[in-house]
Amino acid sequence: MAKRSNEPFLWSLFSSGGTVAAFLIPVLLFLYCLAFPLGWLEAPSYQRTRALVSHPLARLVLFVVCSLPLFHWAHRFRFTLYDGLQIKHLNEVIIVFCYGGAVVGTVLAGYLLWNLS
Amino acid sequence: MKDRPVYTEYHPRWYRARVSTYWWTRQWKYVKFILRELSSLSVAYFVVLTLLQLRALGGGPISYGAFQEWLKTPLAIALNIISFFFVLFHATTWFNLAPSAMPLRVRGKRLPDWVIIGPNYIAWLATSAVVAWLILRG
Repeated sequence: MAKRSNEPFLWSLFSSGGTVAAFLIPVLLFLYCLAFPLGWLEAPSYQRTRALVSHPLARLVLFVVCSLPLFHWAHRFRFTLYDGLQIKHLNEVIIVFCYGGAVVGTVLAGYLLWNLS
Repeated sequence: MKDRPVYTEYHPRWYRARVSTYWWTRQWKYVKFILRELSSLSVAYFVVLTLLQLRALGGGPISYGAFQEWLKTPLAIALNIISFFFVLFHATTWFNLAPSAMPLRVRGKRLPDWVIIGPNYIAWLATSAVVAWLILRG
Protein backbone atom coordinates (compact mmCIF):
# COMPACT_ATOMS: atom_id res chain seq x y z
CA MET A 1 0.00 0.00 0.00
CA ALA A 2 1.26 3.41 -0.85
CA LYS A 3 2.38 5.53 2.05
CA ARG A 4 -0.12 8.22 2.75
CA SER A 5 1.15 11.69 2.17
CA ASN A 6 1.03 14.37 4.86
CA GLU A 7 0.76 17.08 2.24
CA PRO A 8 -3.06 17.47 2.26
CA PHE A 9 -3.02 18.02 6.04
CA LEU A 10 -0.13 20.49 5.85
CA TRP A 11 -1.81 22.24 2.95
CA SER A 12 -5.03 22.64 4.92
CA LEU A 13 -3.04 24.29 7.74
CA PHE A 14 -1.31 26.50 5.16
CA SER A 15 -4.63 27.47 3.65
CA SER A 16 -6.50 28.20 6.87
CA GLY A 17 -3.46 30.07 8.22
CA GLY A 18 -3.30 32.16 5.07
CA THR A 19 -6.96 33.07 5.43
CA VAL A 20 -6.60 34.01 9.10
CA ALA A 21 -3.50 36.06 8.25
CA ALA A 22 -5.22 37.84 5.36
CA PHE A 23 -8.28 38.79 7.40
CA LEU A 24 -6.72 39.76 10.73
CA ILE A 25 -3.02 40.58 10.49
CA PRO A 26 -3.20 43.79 8.38
CA VAL A 27 -5.51 45.60 10.83
CA LEU A 28 -3.63 44.35 13.92
CA LEU A 29 -0.22 45.20 12.49
CA PHE A 30 -1.44 48.61 11.39
CA LEU A 31 -2.84 49.48 14.82
CA TYR A 32 -0.24 48.01 17.18
CA CYS A 33 2.91 48.39 15.10
CA LEU A 34 2.29 51.65 13.23
CA ALA A 35 -0.69 53.73 14.36
CA PHE A 36 -0.04 53.45 18.13
CA PRO A 37 3.78 53.79 18.13
CA LEU A 38 3.62 56.71 15.68
CA GLY A 39 0.89 58.43 17.68
CA TRP A 40 -1.67 58.49 14.86
CA LEU A 41 -4.19 56.94 17.22
CA GLU A 42 -4.30 56.88 20.98
CA ALA A 43 -3.06 53.53 22.25
CA PRO A 44 -5.25 51.72 24.79
CA SER A 45 -3.71 51.79 28.27
CA TYR A 46 -2.01 48.82 29.92
CA GLN A 47 -5.06 48.18 32.11
CA ARG A 48 -7.41 48.30 29.16
CA THR A 49 -5.24 45.98 27.07
CA ARG A 50 -5.06 43.55 29.99
CA ALA A 51 -8.84 43.67 30.36
CA LEU A 52 -9.29 43.11 26.62
CA VAL A 53 -6.97 40.11 26.56
CA SER A 54 -8.46 38.59 29.71
CA HIS A 55 -11.65 37.82 27.80
CA PRO A 56 -11.56 34.11 26.86
CA LEU A 57 -12.81 34.81 23.34
CA ALA A 58 -10.07 37.40 22.74
CA ARG A 59 -7.45 34.93 23.91
CA LEU A 60 -8.87 32.22 21.69
CA VAL A 61 -8.72 34.58 18.68
CA LEU A 62 -5.15 35.57 19.60
CA PHE A 63 -4.17 31.93 19.88
CA VAL A 64 -5.55 31.23 16.42
CA VAL A 65 -3.89 34.39 15.05
CA CYS A 66 -0.53 33.17 16.37
CA SER A 67 -0.77 29.48 15.57
CA LEU A 68 -2.34 29.03 12.13
CA PRO A 69 -0.38 31.81 10.39
CA LEU A 70 2.83 30.19 11.67
CA PHE A 71 1.87 26.98 9.88
CA HIS A 72 1.04 29.07 6.86
CA TRP A 73 4.55 30.54 7.02
CA ALA A 74 6.13 27.10 7.56
CA HIS A 75 4.54 25.61 4.47
CA ARG A 76 5.01 28.56 2.19
CA PHE A 77 8.56 29.31 3.28
CA ARG A 78 9.50 25.65 2.88
CA PHE A 79 8.49 25.71 -0.76
CA THR A 80 10.06 29.13 -1.30
CA LEU A 81 13.35 27.61 -0.18
CA TYR A 82 12.86 24.70 -2.59
CA ASP A 83 11.83 26.86 -5.55
CA GLY A 84 13.84 30.02 -4.98
CA LEU A 85 17.10 28.55 -3.75
CA GLN A 86 16.77 24.99 -5.06
CA ILE A 87 17.91 23.40 -1.82
CA LYS A 88 15.60 20.41 -1.84
CA HIS A 89 18.47 18.19 -0.69
CA LEU A 90 18.23 19.88 2.73
CA ASN A 91 14.67 18.60 2.93
CA GLU A 92 14.81 17.18 6.46
CA VAL A 93 16.52 20.22 7.99
CA ILE A 94 14.06 22.57 6.33
CA ILE A 95 11.04 20.55 7.44
CA VAL A 96 12.22 20.45 11.05
CA PHE A 97 13.02 24.17 11.00
CA CYS A 98 9.72 25.26 9.43
CA TYR A 99 7.09 23.04 11.04
CA GLY A 100 9.13 22.73 14.23
CA GLY A 101 9.20 26.51 14.46
CA ALA A 102 5.45 26.64 14.00
CA VAL A 103 4.90 24.04 16.74
CA VAL A 104 7.20 25.92 19.14
CA GLY A 105 5.39 29.18 18.40
CA THR A 106 2.02 27.55 18.97
CA VAL A 107 3.11 26.13 22.34
CA LEU A 108 4.55 29.52 23.36
CA ALA A 109 1.32 31.27 22.36
CA GLY A 110 -0.72 28.79 24.39
CA TYR A 111 1.55 29.21 27.41
CA LEU A 112 1.59 33.02 27.29
CA LEU A 113 -2.15 33.34 26.74
CA TRP A 114 -2.94 30.78 29.44
CA ASN A 115 -0.98 32.88 31.95
CA LEU A 116 -2.70 36.09 30.93
CA SER A 117 -6.09 35.25 32.42
CA MET B 1 20.46 -19.77 -0.55
CA LYS B 2 22.97 -17.55 1.08
CA ASP B 3 23.92 -15.45 -1.82
CA ARG B 4 21.39 -13.02 -2.95
CA PRO B 5 21.50 -12.43 -6.65
CA VAL B 6 23.05 -9.16 -7.54
CA TYR B 7 21.17 -7.12 -10.01
CA THR B 8 22.80 -4.44 -11.98
CA GLU B 9 20.16 -1.86 -12.11
CA TYR B 10 19.92 -0.09 -15.34
CA HIS B 11 18.73 3.39 -14.77
CA PRO B 12 18.95 5.90 -17.55
CA ARG B 13 20.26 9.27 -16.55
CA TRP B 14 17.38 11.64 -16.05
CA TYR B 15 17.33 14.56 -18.32
CA ARG B 16 17.05 17.63 -16.24
CA ALA B 17 17.69 21.00 -17.74
CA ARG B 18 19.83 23.07 -15.43
CA VAL B 19 17.92 26.00 -14.01
CA SER B 20 19.81 28.91 -12.54
CA THR B 21 19.22 29.59 -8.85
CA TYR B 22 18.24 33.09 -9.88
CA TRP B 23 15.65 32.02 -12.46
CA TRP B 24 13.03 34.13 -10.73
CA THR B 25 14.90 37.38 -11.39
CA ARG B 26 14.42 37.09 -15.14
CA GLN B 27 10.82 38.25 -15.32
CA TRP B 28 8.78 40.60 -13.19
CA LYS B 29 5.98 38.08 -12.75
CA TYR B 30 8.46 35.57 -11.31
CA VAL B 31 9.85 38.23 -8.95
CA LYS B 32 6.28 38.95 -7.88
CA PHE B 33 5.71 35.25 -7.27
CA ILE B 34 8.78 35.02 -5.03
CA LEU B 35 7.81 38.24 -3.21
CA ARG B 36 4.33 36.83 -2.66
CA GLU B 37 5.83 33.66 -1.20
CA LEU B 38 8.23 35.71 0.94
CA SER B 39 5.28 37.64 2.38
CA SER B 40 5.02 34.61 4.68
CA LEU B 41 8.15 35.94 6.45
CA SER B 42 6.26 39.09 7.39
CA VAL B 43 3.38 36.97 8.64
CA ALA B 44 5.78 35.02 10.86
CA TYR B 45 7.48 38.26 11.96
CA PHE B 46 4.12 39.64 13.07
CA VAL B 47 3.42 36.51 15.11
CA VAL B 48 6.83 36.80 16.81
CA LEU B 49 6.10 40.46 17.64
CA THR B 50 2.71 39.44 19.02
CA LEU B 51 4.29 36.77 21.21
CA LEU B 52 6.82 39.32 22.53
CA GLN B 53 3.99 41.80 23.12
CA LEU B 54 1.99 39.18 25.05
CA ARG B 55 5.05 38.33 27.14
CA ALA B 56 5.55 42.03 27.90
CA LEU B 57 1.87 42.34 28.77
CA GLY B 58 2.14 39.44 31.21
CA GLY B 59 5.26 40.97 32.73
CA GLY B 60 3.43 44.04 34.05
CA PRO B 61 3.06 47.72 33.14
CA ILE B 62 6.80 48.45 33.13
CA SER B 63 7.78 45.69 30.72
CA TYR B 64 4.74 46.52 28.56
CA GLY B 65 5.79 50.18 28.48
CA ALA B 66 9.34 49.23 27.55
CA PHE B 67 8.06 47.16 24.65
CA GLN B 68 5.89 50.06 23.45
CA GLU B 69 9.00 52.26 23.55
CA TRP B 70 10.94 49.72 21.49
CA LEU B 71 8.14 49.79 18.90
CA LYS B 72 8.84 53.51 18.48
CA THR B 73 12.49 53.02 17.51
CA PRO B 74 13.38 53.73 13.86
CA LEU B 75 14.40 50.10 13.30
CA ALA B 76 11.04 48.80 14.53
CA ILE B 77 9.12 51.38 12.52
CA ALA B 78 11.08 50.54 9.36
CA LEU B 79 10.53 46.79 9.81
CA ASN B 80 6.86 47.35 10.52
CA ILE B 81 6.29 49.55 7.47
CA ILE B 82 7.89 46.90 5.24
CA SER B 83 5.90 44.15 6.95
CA PHE B 84 2.68 46.10 6.61
CA PHE B 85 3.11 46.30 2.83
CA PHE B 86 3.93 42.61 2.68
CA VAL B 87 0.89 41.55 4.71
CA LEU B 88 -1.31 43.76 2.50
CA PHE B 89 0.29 42.08 -0.52
CA HIS B 90 -0.44 38.70 1.08
CA ALA B 91 -4.07 39.60 1.77
CA THR B 92 -4.81 40.96 -1.72
CA THR B 93 -3.06 38.12 -3.56
CA TRP B 94 -4.79 35.64 -1.24
CA PHE B 95 -8.25 36.98 -1.97
CA ASN B 96 -7.55 37.31 -5.68
CA LEU B 97 -6.52 33.65 -5.83
CA ALA B 98 -9.54 32.42 -3.89
CA PRO B 99 -11.60 31.65 -7.04
CA SER B 100 -8.75 29.52 -8.41
CA ALA B 101 -8.19 27.69 -5.14
CA MET B 102 -11.88 27.06 -4.57
CA PRO B 103 -13.88 27.34 -7.77
CA LEU B 104 -17.61 27.36 -7.07
CA ARG B 105 -20.09 25.96 -9.53
CA VAL B 106 -23.74 26.73 -9.77
CA ARG B 107 -25.72 24.38 -12.03
CA GLY B 108 -22.54 23.17 -13.63
CA LYS B 109 -21.33 26.62 -14.54
CA ARG B 110 -18.32 28.14 -12.85
CA LEU B 111 -19.10 31.37 -11.07
CA PRO B 112 -17.24 34.41 -12.39
CA ASP B 113 -14.17 35.32 -10.32
CA TRP B 114 -15.51 38.61 -9.02
CA VAL B 115 -18.48 36.87 -7.38
CA ILE B 116 -15.99 35.15 -5.06
CA ILE B 117 -13.39 37.92 -4.79
CA GLY B 118 -15.90 40.70 -4.04
CA PRO B 119 -17.44 39.21 -0.88
CA ASN B 120 -13.95 38.33 0.36
CA TYR B 121 -12.91 41.99 0.20
CA ILE B 122 -16.15 43.11 1.84
CA ALA B 123 -15.68 40.55 4.62
CA TRP B 124 -12.06 41.71 5.02
CA LEU B 125 -13.15 45.34 5.46
CA ALA B 126 -15.92 44.35 7.86
CA THR B 127 -13.61 42.17 9.99
CA SER B 128 -10.96 44.89 10.11
CA ALA B 129 -13.56 47.48 11.14
CA VAL B 130 -14.94 45.26 13.93
CA VAL B 131 -11.46 44.44 15.25
CA ALA B 132 -10.45 48.12 15.19
CA TRP B 133 -13.68 49.08 16.97
CA LEU B 134 -13.17 46.45 19.70
CA ILE B 135 -9.64 47.69 20.33
CA LEU B 136 -10.28 51.42 20.07
CA ARG B 137 -13.60 51.89 21.90
CA GLY B 138 -13.03 53.72 25.16
